[in-house]
Amino acid sequence: MQQRQNHTASPSRTPAKNDPLAVQAVLIGLTLLFFAGFIFMPLALVFSQALSKGWQLYIDAIREPVALEAVKLTLLTASIVVPINAVFGVTAAWAISKFSFKGKTLLVSLLDLPFAVSPVIAGLIFVLLLGSRTPFGSWLGDHGIKIIFATPGIVIATLFITFPFVARELIPLMESQGREEEEAAITLGAGGWRLFRMITLPNIGWGLMYGMVLCTARSIGEFGAVSVVSGHIRGMTNTIPLHVEILYSEYNYTASFAVASILVFLALVTIGVKTALEQRLEGSHNTRH
Amino acid sequence: MSIEIQNITKRFPGYTALDNISLKVATGELIALLGPSGCGKTTLLRIIAGLETADVGSIILENRDTTNLPARSKNVGFVFQHYALFRRLNVFDNVAFGLTVKPASERPSKQDIRDRVMHLLKLVQMDWAAKRYPSQLSGGQRQRVALARALAVNPKVLLLDEPFSALDAKVRQELRRWLRKLHDDIHVTSIFVTHDQEEALELADRIVVINKGKIEQEGTPQEVYDHPANSFVYNFLGNVNVFHGRVRNGKVVLGQPLPDERRELNGHEVKTGQAFIRPHDIGISKIRNGNDHPGVIRDIRLTGSQITLELESAGFDTPIEAEISRETWRNLELSKGEEVYITLDKARVFTGDFEI
Ligand SMILES: Nc1ncnc2c1ncn2[C@@H]1O[C@H](COP(=O)(O)OP(=O)(O)O)[C@@H](O)[C@H]1O
Ligand SMILES: [Mg+2]
Repeated sequence: MQQRQNHTASPSRTPAKNDPLAVQAVLIGLTLLFFAGFIFMPLALVFSQALSKGWQLYIDAIREPVALEAVKLTLLTASIVVPINAVFGVTAAWAISKFSFKGKTLLVSLLDLPFAVSPVIAGLIFVLLLGSRTPFGSWLGDHGIKIIFATPGIVIATLFITFPFVARELIPLMESQGREEEEAAITLGAGGWRLFRMITLPNIGWGLMYGMVLCTARSIGEFGAVSVVSGHIRGMTNTIPLHVEILYSEYNYTASFAVASILVFLALVTIGVKTALEQRLEGSHNTRH
Repeated sequence: MSIEIQNITKRFPGYTALDNISLKVATGELIALLGPSGCGKTTLLRIIAGLETADVGSIILENRDTTNLPARSKNVGFVFQHYALFRRLNVFDNVAFGLTVKPASERPSKQDIRDRVMHLLKLVQMDWAAKRYPSQLSGGQRQRVALARALAVNPKVLLLDEPFSALDAKVRQELRRWLRKLHDDIHVTSIFVTHDQEEALELADRIVVINKGKIEQEGTPQEVYDHPANSFVYNFLGNVNVFHGRVRNGKVVLGQPLPDERRELNGHEVKTGQAFIRPHDIGISKIRNGNDHPGVIRDIRLTGSQITLELESAGFDTPIEAEISRETWRNLELSKGEEVYITLDKARVFTGDFEI
């Protein structure tokens, strides 16, 4: 109600139209320059470097077994991490947005921990917790389970780094939607799983997908934390970003950029999907007022 | 199904939302819970529906204690203030929801669900919109769909939480009459919550006036309107003039105390209180008789079928509002600034707890 009054309070005015043309030109020019310098140029550089020695070398670099292993490990990690964090995100967002309980504020703050802590530190924490020289790590080692410098460590580090994405996306969405639809469903006799599947999940669907896309992008691109826990074992514990770095430090620029172009390609796909979802998502927020 | 609310008390941190409320609703009755915003109406409805738990007290539906039954098993129809339609389901699926989520053993066949949903949509005059989504409907249409959805599962009782308050006046009035007719047809025991006295008066078999978590009065619309139990009810139901009033030697005196009365006031011989009179109970004439108060017409306003006069009278510190019919107005040939005599015989004085 109040919003409506605010809208009618003064006739809308587009400031840009009233500013002098020169200011407009300068502002747009600066923005474009920035984009060109920091986004288009690097992107173009990646591809031009990757292809500088011809298509054949590009394809060879990508089809090299070690590179393929890195792609495989990256996709495997993402396919484990994203579903787990989707479930975790929905649960956390549900609890935070629809119930009030003690320690809620603390939980919300903790949700941001992976954003606040440097990924390298995050990786180190897991090495200190689960490395073979710790009591727990050596106990696991005795039972033939290796976590640090192995795939489980990479998955755990990536899980930690990417867990806020889904929850962060869903909390405001669920808060804006309120509890009324669920309460209506309850009074109509629905409960538990049915309620979640028929009402809650469809309502948060687009937001959940959006969060999962961000989570996927980050889990594919994560470098710092994974670098610490992986041990850089070629063909074993190398993800795409780690492989790019190794190739680069060996002065193998063409191969390095070729593999990097996979990451760039994945990033472009992510942006495309994200943009498409954003438009859908706008319809999900409460339009009651 | 009858509803029996027994000694319900509900406290929120630092706030008592409901204070020992007891109330009976007979089978087939439509009662209105009337009270200002924040007095606990929604909380009471939610407790009956099982969406909230009371600290003390019990809810009996048709002689069965349902206090501890989970909300999904109570079979209570709830209509929310802001509709709460399922935004991802179309109108048909919204209404069908309660039937489709029944356990397989109780679920009607697809065809039966179809028939029942279409029957209900016809009943609320929304059958033409079966394929539409809630966002494509107006507020009034949404609320009718919400009503059909609540009725689909044959609820024992129907709880309506200010269902029309988000709609504009004209639609609100239409729906109010329509709901009354619908209730006369289907006779489901209903509690209708509202903060709009006009709505309560027009719609309900019985009105329960609530203030600050307590019941102030219950009775038929005529009873509560004509015989308010206390100053709150008087104030809340309809326009009313409030004056300082006193009882002296068993007689009611209105207006400011006269100098010689002041002494008596100090000696406690005179009781003070508030006097209430509805604008349409005020008499206006050009000739003085009995205890009429002389006054001056300050303003004349046309309010629909009535004429509202704003009067000023010595001894009254606030203007007096009187309502007269157009006919009386014409007959008396009143004009602004004119001197008239005001009859306040119908005023009622409340001194402290009791009334005279
Ligand atoms: N979940 C809650 N937590 C704390 N206070 C609440 C809660 N729900 C309602 N209240 C308080 O209880 C009082 C009654 O609320 P409500 O039943 O919604 O009133 P009404 O429906 O009559 O406007 C209000 O003062 C409100 O602030
Ligand atoms: Mg309310």
